[in-house]
Amino acid sequence: MELLCPAGSLPAVKAALENGADAIFIGMNNETNARHFTGLNFNDKRIKQAADLIQQKNKDLHIAINTFAQPNQFSSWQYAVDKAVDIGAKALIIADMAVLDYASEKYPNAEIHLSVQASATNKAAIDFYRNNFNISRVVLPRVLSLHQVKQLSRQTDIELEVFAFGSLCIMAEGRCYLSSYLTGESPNTVGACSPAKFVQWQQTDKGLESRLNNIVIDRYKDGENAGYPTLCKGKFKVEDNLYHALEEPTSLNTIDIIPELAKANIASVKIEGRQRSPAYVATVTRLWRKAIDSYYNDPENFQADPAWMQELGNISEGSQTTLGAYHRDWQ
Amino acid sequence: MKFSLGANQYYWPAKQTQEFYQQAANSNADIIYLGETVCSKRRELRLKDWLELAKQLASSNKQIVLSTMALLEAPSEVSLLKKYCDNGDFIIEANDVGAIEYCRQNKVEFVCGQAINAYNSPTLKRLIAMGMQRWVTPVELGRDWIKNILSEMDELNLRDKFEVETQAYGHLPLAYSARCFTARSENRSKNDCELCCIKYPSGRIANSQDQQELFVLNGIQTMSGFCYNLINDVSGMQDVVDIIRISPQAEDTFAILDDFIAQHKSPTYKKLANNHSNGYWHKIAGMQTI
Repeated sequence: MELLCPAGSLPAVKAALENGADAIFIGMNNETNARHFTGLNFNDKRIKQAADLIQQKNKDLHIAINTFAQPNQFSSWQYAVDKAVDIGAKALIIADMAVLDYASEKYPNAEIHLSVQASATNKAAIDFYRNNFNISRVVLPRVLSLHQVKQLSRQTDIELEVFAFGSLCIMAEGRCYLSSYLTGESPNTVGACSPAKFVQWQQTDKGLESRLNNIVIDRYKDGENAGYPTLCKGKFKVEDNLYHALEEPTSLNTIDIIPELAKANIASVKIEGRQRSPAYVATVTRLWRKAIDSYYNDPENFQADPAWMQELGNISEGSQTTLGAYHRDWQ
Repeated sequence: MKFSLGANQYYWPAKQTQEFYQQAANSNADIIYLGETVCSKRRELRLKDWLELAKQLASSNKQIVLSTMALLEAPSEVSLLKKYCDNGDFIIEANDVGAIEYCRQNKVEFVCGQAINAYNSPTLKRLIAMGMQRWVTPVELGRDWIKNILSEMDELNLRDKFEVETQAYGHLPLAYSARCFTARSENRSKNDCELCCIKYPSGRIANSQDQQELFVLNGIQTMSGFCYNLINDVSGMQDVVDIIRISPQAEDTFAILDDFIAQHKSPTYKKLANNHSNGYWHKIAGMQTI
């Protein structure tokens, strides 16, 4: 089972390599990348440097070109595909049918992974992409239960990749317009959810307020841990009940189910967080390397070490983690 | 311009659904979409009931389309989807690419629903080759974006191969989750939901802490808090849209439909209610209004 780690900068690439990543995924610093945050990601020069670093260590480079192309601007997406192939990426991570079409026609030997943004959650959808666009791997959305992941794995022989750790998207990825509804900027086309330029913090007599494009996402009492206003983690009111109507600020952590994922033939476990710091990437990569190695050393007696879980919990959103949709009760 | 009634997004008792479609049969809609698109646990009407209803409505000289689920996870949901696609009489609105794959294999035409990410002309070109005969635009695309795509389709000589449909009225489907937010709002899990959506024929409003209507919780679907309303944009839709879609409401759907038809014949400015918006059409945030 491959450990696939995120990087939004060269120092993060190095951190992942030094701490045991088998593969690293990155993207360009433009709208072709679904993690297009200011000050992050790779220009033409840096992406070549990242490729060289990763290839020197004999590790795999995956490049995410996973937004949906805008009219009249398709050449940016074509350029990203050409560039990724040119620098020798092992795999291209693509969501848009237009980009899949271009990559699979122009580079029939390229390894194409279906991005989570394409939201393939079932066998018929996987068949659609496989039969029409020659994909070899599917990154599964974070909406499936572990039982459903196992069922899919039995139904298809295509490689499956799952999200293992990091931010918890609770909506089927690529089909969520909440951020675009509030800000006008869509993760699907511009590449960022709850973009930082729309975030405001304000001290009021009702407490510290976080807003996104002037909409109150949450209010915090003195001393309460305030989180980034990702809007699905906000506190809203349904009739008289004020609560986290969609989800609490929390992160996904699947170390506990490593044995089930391995037995279900999952090809790769993905760490989310291209927007996070090199120190974060280092810590998560190091602990996940330990966990995976520990499982393969003695599969029958695998147990999550409480020290790993503590350290991962400390760097997680809201300092808490969950199995998310993998666990049926969460749903 | 044609007018359609989209698939009902909410969960109503069978009797209410039947009554709604009796009215629809006598309405001015040209196209009616039928079927459950949100949650497979909503079974007040089953496939055979929908098919029976479709046959009744087909005699009223309207086009009937069977709409299918947007988020399919369990193998049982996929098997049911296949039965819809194999029905033999009615065309399918695909809201997941899995449905497109079945239609493609069956060599039958389909409608590409608003939950499919078709954002550009190379995508539409591929979909047309697979049998797409109508494109329902994704909710966040506005006039300029659609117009740009259509001029590219013109250059490809493909503009006459498909129709364009846009939702012009009703809360917009914004997201789909594994979690049921209506059940959560009653402090239940999805497994134990007791089909509580049926108590909320227009969904449940989630307000921000300063009382702004942000979202409507509708089972596993999250909808826009404001009702999308393009009543003042009907004339601007004429050169880019072939079909105006009205999303079924618990009340007044047919009066709203008639308002849009009247607006098409003779446009007059209507003041939008405070909780209505038209932002997406004008390339700004969906909840904003021009």
